[in-house]
Amino acid sequence: MEFAELIKTPRVDNVVLHRPFYPAVEGTLCLTGHHLILSSRQDNTEELWLLHSNIDAIDKRFVGSLGTIIIKCKDFRIIQLDIPGMEECLNIASSIEALSTLDSITLMYPFFYRPMFEVIEDGWHSFLPEQEFELYSSASGEWRLSYVNKEFAVCPSYPPTVIVPKSIDDEALRKVATFRHGGRFPVLSYYHQKNGMVIMRSGQPLTGTNGRRCKEDEKLINATLRVGKRGYIIDTRSLNVAQQARAKGGGFEQEAHYPQWRRIHKSIERYHILQESLIKLVEACNDQTHNMDRWLSKLEASNWLTHIKEILTTACLAAQCIDREGASVLIHGTEGTDSTLQVTSLAQIILEPRSRTIRGFEALIEREWLQAGHPFQQRCAQSAYCNTKQKWEAPVFLLFLDCVWQILRQFPCSFEFNENFLIMLFEHAYASQFGTFLGNSESERCKLKLQQKTMSLWSWVNQPSELSKYTNPLFEANNLVIWPSVAPQSLPLWEGIFLRWNRSSKYLDEAYEEMVNIIEYNKELQAKVNILRRQLAELETEDGMQESP
Amino acid sequence: MEHIRTTKVEQVKLLDRFSTSNKSLTGTLYLTATHLLFIDSHQKETWILHHHIASVEKLALTTSGCPLVIQCKNFRIVHFIVPRERDCHDIYNSLLQLSKQAKYEDLYAFSYNPKQNDSERLQGWQLIDLAEEYKRMGVPNSHWELSDANREYKICETYPRELYVPWTASKPIIVGSSKFRSKGRFPVLSYYHQDKKAAICRCSQPLSGFSARCVEDEHLLQAISKANPVNRYMYVVDTRPKLNAMANRAAGKGYENEDNYSSIRFQFVGIENIHVMRSSLQKLLEVNGTKGLSVNDFYSGLESSGWLRHIKAVMDAAIFLAKAIMVENASVLVHCSDGWDRTSQVCSLGSLLLDSYYRTIKGFMVLIDKDWISFGHKFSERCGHLDGDPKEVSPVFTQFLECVWHLTEQFPQAFEFNEAFLLQIHEHIHSCQFGNFLGNCQKEREELKLKEKTYSLWPFLLEDQKKYLNPLYSSKSHRFIVLEPNTVSFNFKFWRNMYHQFDRTLHPRQSVFNIIMNMNEQNKQLEKDIKDLESKIKQRKNKQTDDILTKELLHSFHPESPTLKTSLCFKEQTLLPVNDSLRTIEGSSPADNRYSDYAEEFSKSEPAVVSLEYGVARMTC
Repeated sequence: MEFAELIKTPRVDNVVLHRPFYPAVEGTLCLTGHHLILSSRQDNTEELWLLHSNIDAIDKRFVGSLGTIIIKCKDFRIIQLDIPGMEECLNIASSIEALSTLDSITLMYPFFYRPMFEVIEDGWHSFLPEQEFELYSSASGEWRLSYVNKEFAVCPSYPPTVIVPKSIDDEALRKVATFRHGGRFPVLSYYHQKNGMVIMRSGQPLTGTNGRRCKEDEKLINATLRVGKRGYIIDTRSLNVAQQARAKGGGFEQEAHYPQWRRIHKSIERYHILQESLIKLVEACNDQTHNMDRWLSKLEASNWLTHIKEILTTACLAAQCIDREGASVLIHGTEGTDSTLQVTSLAQIILEPRSRTIRGFEALIEREWLQAGHPFQQRCAQSAYCNTKQKWEAPVFLLFLDCVWQILRQFPCSFEFNENFLIMLFEHAYASQFGTFLGNSESERCKLKLQQKTMSLWSWVNQPSELSKYTNPLFEANNLVIWPSVAPQSLPLWEGIFLRWNRSSKYLDEAYEEMVNIIEYNKELQAKVNILRRQLAELETEDGMQESP
Repeated sequence: MEHIRTTKVEQVKLLDRFSTSNKSLTGTLYLTATHLLFIDSHQKETWILHHHIASVEKLALTTSGCPLVIQCKNFRIVHFIVPRERDCHDIYNSLLQLSKQAKYEDLYAFSYNPKQNDSERLQGWQLIDLAEEYKRMGVPNSHWELSDANREYKICETYPRELYVPWTASKPIIVGSSKFRSKGRFPVLSYYHQDKKAAICRCSQPLSGFSARCVEDEHLLQAISKANPVNRYMYVVDTRPKLNAMANRAAGKGYENEDNYSSIRFQFVGIENIHVMRSSLQKLLEVNGTKGLSVNDFYSGLESSGWLRHIKAVMDAAIFLAKAIMVENASVLVHCSDGWDRTSQVCSLGSLLLDSYYRTIKGFMVLIDKDWISFGHKFSERCGHLDGDPKEVSPVFTQFLECVWHLTEQFPQAFEFNEAFLLQIHEHIHSCQFGNFLGNCQKEREELKLKEKTYSLWPFLLEDQKKYLNPLYSSKSHRFIVLEPNTVSFNFKFWRNMYHQFDRTLHPRQSVFNIIMNMNEQNKQLEKDIKDLESKIKQRKNKQTDDILTKELLHSFHPESPTLKTSLCFKEQTLLPVNDSLRTIEGSSPADNRYSDYAEEFSKSEPAVVSLEYGVARMTC
């Protein structure tokens, strides 16, 4: 086993663990291939059980022969281990460093994890594109499933099955793919049952500087318009950025070639700008010594909430086009794998009640993020503590979850899941025992044989015992379109994520429990009243029979 | 009324404050003796009390008419467009006069008539009895006694008649000390902690200048520290920034010199003065009122206003008090300059941290009566009830309410009351509808004969207390005896529901709080229903056992199962439909009519598109 070479010291005694809001614990530290475990000797319980892949960065320092390792996790937690003995400490540190940055995906924990629960429903088959399409096909004869990408030959980042206009054949799709960034030809993202309007997404058109056009592309997207109707193209880049993209062969749809479409530019940031924003925000949240002015200016300087506002505003815009203007929308940025997906998925949260249920939200993530080719492996390789400049990391998915949380906060009864569900998804996107978020696309996941070799997150989450943790007790199905406010006064910091390890949530948790109790008690009482009423009614009818035989 | 020139103007537009597309409602504007009323084409009414108007502004004439912007003390801002300039001018002038009365007798409270007779009114005023409150705290006792020194307001006009002092403090000591303190406000008891036998006392700054001393004052402080049998030293907390206190020395005022007083520990806590607070709030409101506000402008505005920094300073000072008593068992003497602004904030908040009684609805009223009203917080000047010096206006009490709100956020189960209670009190410190907050001190209130001519707010709030109950309140929990809030900066948040209480588009669309509150009410009803049903069933059963023979006979004739039959005649009843409607409708406390006008808007099948305007422009294809 390769891990043995990396673990020079598998076990150290008398290690002291320091965590915020818990007393320090002394215990034995064990390193395994995938975990760092600390168990206190008193009652043999594990105090700490940490996946190496959750470790974002470590610092070590020495005072005499007492070494200290500070572990910074991808979920923003910071813990400290005091390890007696310089050699042990150095060994542990270098092992952690090596084990938390394994190059090969197949060495990751999901390939070794053996589930301790009975799989009732295999999550790998829970959200098949065919099933999803059935939800739409009943309402529309205008769309079809295409298997043109069966071998991932047309578009490496698309799944084998996509939904396209019925009138466009696979040959045309192949042509359109050559005209769109990464072969990402326009596909159906969402069908609005109420009025038949759709959201499509794609990569940028490869118009280049000389204004190349593609008749099939024009035909494809025009095929989605009803007679005499116009549609909107939402480009998630500013006009400036989109124009610059032409020099690199990219570009945007020219009015002249797409006369039935109106283009709107929004500017959602990407990559390192988002990553820097996250780093600054987490740094600000972790420093408890900031005075008020400094805290507010750091919060502002992080720009995190500006990004939230920008993304939400764009999603609202897309939803407005669909629901209010009765117009279809095509959304893209450059690749169509990041800001595009934030917008398409959030627009669905706003428009589609089903996506606010647990099952529906899982389907949304499966469809709009995993199968749509959001490169999770690249984006989530490092989190807020990475000190090396890396090109591909970006908290795109976390921003999406934060936006969902913002809407959840404004409509606390319209979601079947609670905040913990979003936090859980955040954690698993960055480090997990499940294979769901491994790889950058369907084709990569296929090559890795994840379905055979790893367990799906959904298999675990969808067990009744797990689901109960993530169920919102206030949920009552709301079939309306929900329009959130995007004013800065309405968009607070997501404390459940960013202040999670920096403050005690004891009183808030207790209040939440009390709330759950009141709701449970209410259900109990209602049930009891119904039983008693029925009993009384029975007695009354019996009496009635006695009186008038 | 002689001020009203135009009582009715038609075709007035009410603009949406946050809409960038100038969305508006058209309706009719009425001017009454007490209110400004706007009724829009949907018959929705917007009432604005003249006393709530902080400023009226007439903007430059536009093509559609003359814009009139009214800012209220409860943070409502309305923007009208009056078609004819003449009308606008008339309304503007009328409002200017109506909103700034010269005499107390012209305030609403003197004409407000809730249809109660004299004895009911008097009972209302007797609801809160401060003598009773001191008894609850455990005074008088062997260390503290009631002093009659100020019975006729001879020593200090701005103090109440009844004051508690250490029993060793003789009248000459009190008189001497009062001459050495600003406005005669000598050290007296504000809160007595029975278990710790430690006290919170309050006073104004000493007239020490650079070197003056006063033996009586030194004696009085010593008497206070000796009244604490456990700890002989006491803290003297000057709530001002050190620089301000030092500057005061040049004017013959200042702060205590530790060398002159035996066993005191002197401490500055750095809360800014009323002028800083006023302009801080002004800046905050300017930022909030910006159309299309960006996140960065919001946070940089929040920072530069300094508002949350001031709130934190008040909270930190209160925590200092609570810690001195709980941890060190030491008494504390608090003062600022005159001892009626920052001192009131810190003493009341400190007591609230220490004593869970003040976190109940009744207790909170008592606290306000004691540390704010009776000790002479100048409500009329600070709230600008009359046309007076604008430099005396300051949101000192609002800050106190905000501190309490922050505590309710950190300790959601420690308070009997909810946010609506705080907002309602804030509403009424400015409304001049009740007598409680009129005048600047007790003496003035007696002269105004408020108890004979006006009503007290408290019984009305108490009567409505259902609206103000916190459904999550846990009264039995011992963990909430002393609150130890965390004042890390990130725990202080912008209080949207206060400063945007009328901008409902910025609020969450569904309120968890209301749902739980209603569910709690419903649970009580259900418990009652169950009892009723059980007794009815019991009755029936008894009756049946009486005729058991007949019944059995009948059963043999009708062998079908009774449940089958009943399922035909008995349909599962949906319980309390109120609950359903409340879920989809947003709005704070439903019975509070300030909010009810929004309920309608949100109960439509589709909630209105709100601040979305930011992202969407010229959408027509």
